Amino acid sequence: MNREDIIKPENLVYRRTPVLTDNVMHYCPGCGHGTAHRLVAEVIEEMGIQEKTIGIAPVGCSVLAYNYFEVDMQEAAHGRAPALATAVKRLKPDFFVFSYQGDGDLAAIGTGETIHACNRGENITMIFINNGIYGMTGGQMAPTTLEDMKTSTSPYGRDTSIMGNPLKITELLAQLPGTCYVTRQAVYTPALVRKCKRAIRQAFENQKENKGVSFVEIVSNCNSGWKMTPTAANQWLEENMLPFYPLGDLKVSK
Amino acid sequence: MKELKLMKGNEAIAEAAIRYGVDGYFGYPITPQSEILEHLMAEEPYKKTGMVVLQAESEVASINMVYGGAACGKRVMTTSSSPGISLMQEGLSYIAGAELPCLVVNVVRGGPGLGTIQPSQADYFQTTKGGGHGDYRLITLAPASVQEMYDFVGLAFELAFKYRNPAMILSDGVIGQVMEKVQIGDYQPRWTDEYIKKSFPWASTGKNPNKPHIIITSLELDSSKQEQVNIRIQNKYKECQANEVRYEMINCDDAEYIFVAYGSSARICQKAIQLGREKGIKVGLLRPITLWPFPSKILGELADKVKGMLSVEMSAGQMVEDVLLATKHKIKVEHFGRFGGIIPTPQEVLHALETKIIGG
Repeated sequence: MNREDIIKPENLVYRRTPVLTDNVMHYCPGCGHGTAHRLVAEVIEEMGIQEKTIGIAPVGCSVLAYNYFEVDMQEAAHGRAPALATAVKRLKPDFFVFSYQGDGDLAAIGTGETIHACNRGENITMIFINNGIYGMTGGQMAPTTLEDMKTSTSPYGRDTSIMGNPLKITELLAQLPGTCYVTRQAVYTPALVRKCKRAIRQAFENQKENKGVSFVEIVSNCNSGWKMTPTAANQWLEENMLPFYPLGDLKVSK
Repeated sequence: MKELKLMKGNEAIAEAAIRYGVDGYFGYPITPQSEILEHLMAEEPYKKTGMVVLQAESEVASINMVYGGAACGKRVMTTSSSPGISLMQEGLSYIAGAELPCLVVNVVRGGPGLGTIQPSQADYFQTTKGGGHGDYRLITLAPASVQEMYDFVGLAFELAFKYRNPAMILSDGVIGQVMEKVQIGDYQPRWTDEYIKKSFPWASTGKNPNKPHIIITSLELDSSKQEQVNIRIQNKYKECQANEVRYEMINCDDAEYIFVAYGSSARICQKAIQLGREKGIKVGLLRPITLWPFPSKILGELADKVKGMLSVEMSAGQMVEDVLLATKHKIKVEHFGRFGGIIPTPQEVLHALETKIIGG
């Protein structure tokens, strides 16, 4: 069997989607962002909407997401991605619009924009990466940091009597009439990756029917910020994050 | 076909937005400019021209909606008054950094803090010297009539797109609330998506299969590249300063003294000129129409001809610093102002000229 026999379309089991650029991602080895990016990009490719999609990048670890998605991208100020997405979608209603944000961006500084975009029922897809920590700035406490979890600004663990409680923003958003699809996923095993992709696909498909906000939380790791190996971080995620942030659909509107 | 209407300054802004073919308005209510959003909602422009009008959850959201719309090459705007404009400063810095065109209208009220809802001109520094972080400028137009409120919406978008920079109409509670007759134009069509795609290759109009994707950002982690961005922006500002200075001169030909005033203060000064000339005082008015770029050159030329200038502002003295820079201490330059929402009378203004400049 020679090279030409092997490289045939019917033998193809995996290839990099052209909706991701050739740029080398800056994410730490073991981080979930790369996988989440790939899933969003693959969904855009499979739906054939690359030329009709505009993405909004956040401030945080994924601030440079605009360098990786091969679609027109806008870089928002910290927390404001849903405001940009609102205007883009209303001014270009035949486009698919998605925001991509981390927990500090979406659930702390951008809480107002998040809640109101969701409550207005903007016809957009929101991707929310929750790793319970501020990764880019060096591992500070996030709104989603678990009780007793150690970060650089909760060095003895999050004492909720002093530092307040972790925010289940996704549960909150599921209550709002403007959200049509709210789900919590993860990407640390192949089976979960496949499931998460189906959720992201659904979240983009909903835009065709003007149903309102489709919100996909991805519970992810931060092995650097958590000071663990990637394997240990994934295990810690399963044992600690998932009991508090359980996976599954929170809301599926017909 | 021009139509004559009696309108409030704020209503003129709203009507102009619809008739100039603006694509989107995003705003949050605040006195003394809430009539703008009210007028837009009552007119239902989304039924007439397809214009998007949205009441946002805050001024922070408004300016970031403007950012998203501007990034698509659309003509988008917001309006507010002083405290709300303070909240927009981060967004304005991002918009200037990403080199996007948009219009922001500030119907200024008295500050600092929650201040007063009465008219003021105390946001001059914030508007012309930056306001948000980083080296940037706002192209700033100062209307002195309801007609100019209307006309400057068109002019502001023209300049904003020419220089890919946010433009501001710096009005005040007087011009926003006063009713005057105004000539309004016909409905101009909104730009088509095809036109935007062809005219603004920098905009998010959807990935072109033959070109790299478009990125709208103000971030550049490599300092040597970020310096180049700053140099490019500064060069653009130099071009703007060379080409876009606008001002009006009233009774300046034989003047020995000059009032320098913009907006409603310029209106008061016109009456003070009349009172002064009745007393034999040869006084004229230089009214900056663009506050940035500032009409420094003409003020420098006037400084060689006149004996003194009085900068009349409803502030504690802000524009007077630019008048001093322009006139290089060749002549006596003083400031007169009332603040906290108090509007000076023409008599007060003339008295200030007599005591601070002529007899000073």
